[in-house]
Amino acid sequence: MRRYSVFALAREGVRHHTGWDRAWASPLPKSRYDVVIVGAGGHGLATAYYLGRTHGIRNVAVIEKGWLGGGNTGRNTTIIRSNYLQDPSAAIYEKARSLYEDLSQELNYNVMFSPRGVMMLAQTLHEVRGYKRTAEANALQGVETEFIPPGRVKELCPIIHIDGPRYPVLGALWQPRGGTARHDAVAWGYARACADMGMDIIEQCEVKGVTSANGVVTGVETTKGTIACGKLALVVAGHSSVLAEMAGFRLPIESMPLQALVSEPIKPCMDVVVMANTVHGYMSQSDKGEMVIGGGTDGYNAYTQRGSFHHIEETVRALVETFPMISRLKMLRQWGGIVDMTGDRSPILSRTPLGNCFVNCGWGTGGFKAIPGSGWAMAELVATGQPGPLAAPFGLDRFREGRFIDESVAAGVAH
Amino acid sequence: MLTLTCPHCGVQADETELSPGGEAHLKRHGPGSSEEEFEGYLFQRQNPKGPHYERWRHSYGCGRWFLAARDTATNRVFGTYPASLAAPSDGLRSLISTAGAGRGFEPGAPSPAPEAAQ
Ligand SMILES: Cc1cc2nc3c(=O)[nH]c(=O)nc-3n(C[C@H](O)[C@H](O)[C@H](O)COP(=O)(O)OP(=O)(O)OC[C@H]3O[C@@H](n4cnc5c(N)ncnc54)[C@H](O)[C@@H]3O)c2cc1C
Ligand SMILES: [Zn+2]
Repeated sequence: MRRYSVFALAREGVRHHTGWDRAWASPLPKSRYDVVIVGAGGHGLATAYYLGRTHGIRNVAVIEKGWLGGGNTGRNTTIIRSNYLQDPSAAIYEKARSLYEDLSQELNYNVMFSPRGVMMLAQTLHEVRGYKRTAEANALQGVETEFIPPGRVKELCPIIHIDGPRYPVLGALWQPRGGTARHDAVAWGYARACADMGMDIIEQCEVKGVTSANGVVTGVETTKGTIACGKLALVVAGHSSVLAEMAGFRLPIESMPLQALVSEPIKPCMDVVVMANTVHGYMSQSDKGEMVIGGGTDGYNAYTQRGSFHHIEETVRALVETFPMISRLKMLRQWGGIVDMTGDRSPILSRTPLGNCFVNCGWGTGGFKAIPGSGWAMAELVATGQPGPLAAPFGLDRFREGRFIDESVAAGVAH
Repeated sequence: MLTLTCPHCGVQADETELSPGGEAHLKRHGPGSSEEEFEGYLFQRQNPKGPHYERWRHSYGCGRWFLAARDTATNRVFGTYPASLAAPSDGLRSLISTAGAGRGFEPGAPSPAPEAAQ
């Protein structure tokens, strides 16, 4: 792989950009790999990357039914934060956030990590108490956050209306090193680094069946033929139940549409990320100037990648109250992804009833921020067969044992 | 917008009038059940991509629970039926199988009439 650098850019500038290599190849599948990963979203690709980087396992294929990064990884609103209440969550999300800090250097690919600061508004007394508690917990966990008063909220984000009629802003949980990154670039950067290690990323190849014998997986049936594997990792987000059914077990997951939308581009007016969880809306401004907006999920299971219009209405209504200046903005695009919601709204990194089959799913509405940490922990699980300290609390057994990681109740919101 | 006909009052209700209640026909487990049974009842779901039997409540209408068969990949509604039925009718099941949507009904033990919203 030729490195990207300012010199490469200058050289290609004079050569009319004719000498760039393909970032990754599109190989035909081999008949067998040591590890097959299903799903080339951020989590699947990051798992492959750290399998090669940290554990030296490079005979790996990542199999994707569509195009790389075309699932939730390419559909999310890119918020990165690690201000969670529960210790297991703070540990894995902060690992991810800290890996994001120098991911561009690590991958030699600009993922545009922008630690511009994330603010979670407290708009009820309950939220004030909750976020103060989270700030104290974060201090013990070594995650830098702070509870800030309304005046400081207004200073950091002047376009917020802090004395709204229904839900005045009473303060906020502020994480100065949270922010955003370019979602496609995260997938592309990992994919390029994986291909450079000799791994195969096989796009347009749908897994249709999982074959097993004596309690271990032997391979997968795909639209490009049968592929044998030593170990199998299912990292397919909203389609986890579908893959689990092929493998013969059931997951505590329900799949639901989650939508986002962006406005026409406007001049820079907001250089932080704001989440308003009581009214269910969040907003940031992209480098192109679009206001990037997200809200809540639909309430019922669906794989439609569309979502219901009244959820968008709710989100926009709430945000117009918090940011009155957006009331005349035109919206350019709206889209949906299928998010994988677990019973306790925390992710799953786990062994399964099949000895050499592992799952990574359940990131639901909030897994973009977790990609590097999740891949790191998943690679360890797949390589050694045992979860390390980051993954151990997120096993499937917690649903049987009642040992939940209850961030949903803690945060009052699912992400 | 998703529209379901409430089998109790006959109203064609938009989804904003309804509350979703998750997978239908779950086998309930009570005191004395094993951890596996509780895990299955409380958390494990079929979550199919295709026909799904599910609970709905006509919250902003007659207030009663009913069940629906809907394709989760297309949002096509095959039909609705009262929550007191332990299984979808044969007619509904054959409609789903002739639609070629795969997956038949996997009967669990009959569930008692649902209680209030959880
Ligand atoms: C609208 C929206 C907004 C969001 N906002 C945020 C946010 O601000 N911050 C945040 O942290 N998170 C956010 N998320 C959540 C985040 O996007 C996801 O948690 C994360 O991207 C999941 O990554 P993944 O790699 O697990 O899944 P995906 O990126 O969905 O990848 C799974 C891949 O598996 C493939 N696949 C499925 N079935 C098969 C098969 N049978 N064979 C082969 N391949 C298959 C799919 O095509 C897909 O590409 C948001 C999600 C949505 C939808
Ligand atoms: Zn009714």
